[in-house]
Amino acid sequence: MPRFIRLLRGLLMLLAIAGSIALWIVLPAPALLGLAILLAAWMGLTRSGRQAAAITRVGIATLPQRLGASSVIVIGIAGVVGVLVALLALAGGLQQTLRGTGNDDTAIVVRGGASAELDSGLSRESATLIAQAPGIARDAGGQPLVSAEVVVVTNVPKKSSGTDANVEIRGVGLQSWAVRPNVRIVDGRRFEPGLRELLVGQGARQQFAGLEPGSTINLNAQQWQIVGVFASGDAHESELIGDAETVATTYRRNGFQSVTVRLDSRGAFDTFKAALASDPRLKVDARTTRDYYTAQSAALSKVIRIVGIVIATIMAIGAVFGALNTMYAAVNARAREVATLRAIGFGAAPVLVSVVLEAMLLALLGGALGASVAWLLFHDYAVSTLGANFSQVVFRFDVSPALLGTGVRWALAIGLIGGLLPAVRAAQLPVTAALRES
Amino acid sequence: MKYLHLIRAALMRRKTRTVLTILSVLAAFLLFGLLDGVRVAFNSGGTLAGVDRLVVASRFSIIQSLPESLVNRVAAVPGVKLTTWANWFGGYYREQKNQMIIFAIGPDYFQAYPDYGVTPAMADALATTRTGVLAGKAVADRFGWKTGDKLPIMGSIFPNKSTGETTWTFDIVGVFQAPQAANRALEQQILLNWKYFDEANAYGGGQVGWIVAKVADPKHSAEIAQAIDALSANSDHETKTQTEQEFNLSFARQIGDIGLIVTAIIGAVFFTLMLLTGNTMAQAVRERIPELATLKTIGFTDAQVLALVFGESVLLILIGGLLGLALATLLMPIVTEASGGMIQLPPIGSRSWGMGIALMIAVGAIVGILPAWRAMRLRVVDALAGR
Repeated sequence: MPRFIRLLRGLLMLLAIAGSIALWIVLPAPALLGLAILLAAWMGLTRSGRQAAAITRVGIATLPQRLGASSVIVIGIAGVVGVLVALLALAGGLQQTLRGTGNDDTAIVVRGGASAELDSGLSRESATLIAQAPGIARDAGGQPLVSAEVVVVTNVPKKSSGTDANVEIRGVGLQSWAVRPNVRIVDGRRFEPGLRELLVGQGARQQFAGLEPGSTINLNAQQWQIVGVFASGDAHESELIGDAETVATTYRRNGFQSVTVRLDSRGAFDTFKAALASDPRLKVDARTTRDYYTAQSAALSKVIRIVGIVIATIMAIGAVFGALNTMYAAVNARAREVATLRAIGFGAAPVLVSVVLEAMLLALLGGALGASVAWLLFHDYAVSTLGANFSQVVFRFDVSPALLGTGVRWALAIGLIGGLLPAVRAAQLPVTAALRES
Repeated sequence: MKYLHLIRAALMRRKTRTVLTILSVLAAFLLFGLLDGVRVAFNSGGTLAGVDRLVVASRFSIIQSLPESLVNRVAAVPGVKLTTWANWFGGYYREQKNQMIIFAIGPDYFQAYPDYGVTPAMADALATTRTGVLAGKAVADRFGWKTGDKLPIMGSIFPNKSTGETTWTFDIVGVFQAPQAANRALEQQILLNWKYFDEANAYGGGQVGWIVAKVADPKHSAEIAQAIDALSANSDHETKTQTEQEFNLSFARQIGDIGLIVTAIIGAVFFTLMLLTGNTMAQAVRERIPELATLKTIGFTDAQVLALVFGESVLLILIGGLLGLALATLLMPIVTEASGGMIQLPPIGSRSWGMGIALMIAVGAIVGILPAWRAMRLRVVDALAGR
């Protein structure tokens, strides 16, 4: 019978822990703050709360005596949070860069069914028809703001590994500067249409070898000169850009991969899209560039996120066992002290709360440490991966404040689990036996 | 060995602590097993990689093709036993999210790639059916295709010459099954006749994506590769010839420096682990000082006491680590199976096991050395007196 009761109690305990973790994860930040205020109020205003506060103070004051054991919780949790935040920042940075590439003011047109520009192909006739569609903004001279673009890929060695990587070359139309006003020259000059000249994006220049202004690169057995560097603050910085007609000639192409247009108003996209859809001569898909680029980052950033969470979960399980170990040891070491407190009238609940609070405090320290290390090491660090156009996309780790918050939340959850079981043991200590123990 | 029961007794002294420590070691090595598998998969260039196959592709970029006429010239290079070629086709089935891996393949493809498990009858059926395709079992099962079905595909790049659109209809003439579990990823592929592809695509014929050259003796791969590249030097279709392994590896590298990321994570995991078990061992020795002193009193030498504590630490990590690696070994095929072959985690090889065990002993030694030293240096009188 006692065995059955023990089993039941263990089961209830497990349910309680699972429940509190689930609650912890779904609760929005304001609710957490409310919880903290509630706890503070309890500790300040009620008798058992004040008792809990007193025991917690003693526990914290004696922490330096258990420095080695306590640092296990702190460092263990710092490791979990560091890895979690770093991987989520990788996913976030990729998403941020691609999402930031698009906006609602421009639209991109590719062949129907093409999943990326590299798959697409548009004839000259189609490009002309697209440029005549309604909803496109016009310049002072009445010319539509349209850039018919050729997208090709070339091999350039990556600086970090020295192995060839696919780098995207974008041949753009004469109006492209007006279509993408965020592209600005930071070094050198614009390319001359008709000449074999390229501009290199800041990101590409940093990641790949031999793309300094003034150098030449070999495109399909022809020499092209790099005449300047551009910044755009988005995924285009991973590219080289040149004149569409000249790039097409070098690659013996007759036609384009995509057409990007500037819309004349926010609502113009629907008119534009409908006009293209109703033209029987065109088999194309039109999307706002925001839609197009957001979709490109979805799959990969999701994979990185899942991998990050799986790895962090396994690490967190390890850290929980470490925390349990430490807190059990702490409870054992303080058994007499706790029994004394109980003997002079302190309740079981304040003892329980104080042990949990101590574990969570250590966890908070660990979480803050891990998140700061991740921020110091990785924030804004540039990396590149293979993107939708089968070419490299350069992006930066983005350790955002929201991610730091996620990290701390994980840390506190680990501390809660690690502290709860030892706390229950502390609260249940048989007072007489513990007092007698040497 | 005769002291094993002493070590066991030491570990059983505080069961909770030992079990908790073993569980955290288990978690660390589970992660090591999974991540090292990923690292090996990325660094080996795939399990399929035949050592005797060279891949001849355009030196300029992945999107440029080679003239078909080059195939015969490659075949004539001394040391080349067999040539075949392929083209990326790609496309989706019904919905854009169902992206397919489709290649147009030249004749003799399956002689170069026995790994697919395509029977001669199937290869014949493909060769004699103009619009035929062979589908891998994994992809066929996923969409319920069987031999004889029509397969409508929205091609990703190539428009059909007759319609000008990228919709293509193929006939499934066989479903192949890779004989080795390690090659299951191949079952995601769909293979069509290059000849039909060449005649029917609107972008013009006579182009191949890459050429595969099977060499008689892999030891001469480097010279043969040079000789092949020399064929097209200074032309507008210069080639870069690599072993298949190098070719695959350069792809993996483009995704990112997976090796570095994995090493960094494993580093963080083991740093934490060492601190944790180091603390456990220090605690264990501190508690047992009187017992260790007793051992010394009854005649155990300093070296024996050192070995006892050291052995305890290594054994603790070995138990946790071996359990962790075993769990990873169990999990890998389950993940691969559950994802329907989409995620290919290779089985943990002997190298991962070897490295894992070496790590276990190293970690055990590092965390054991200080407590063991302390135990050895104990002065019996002080320890017994509780000073």
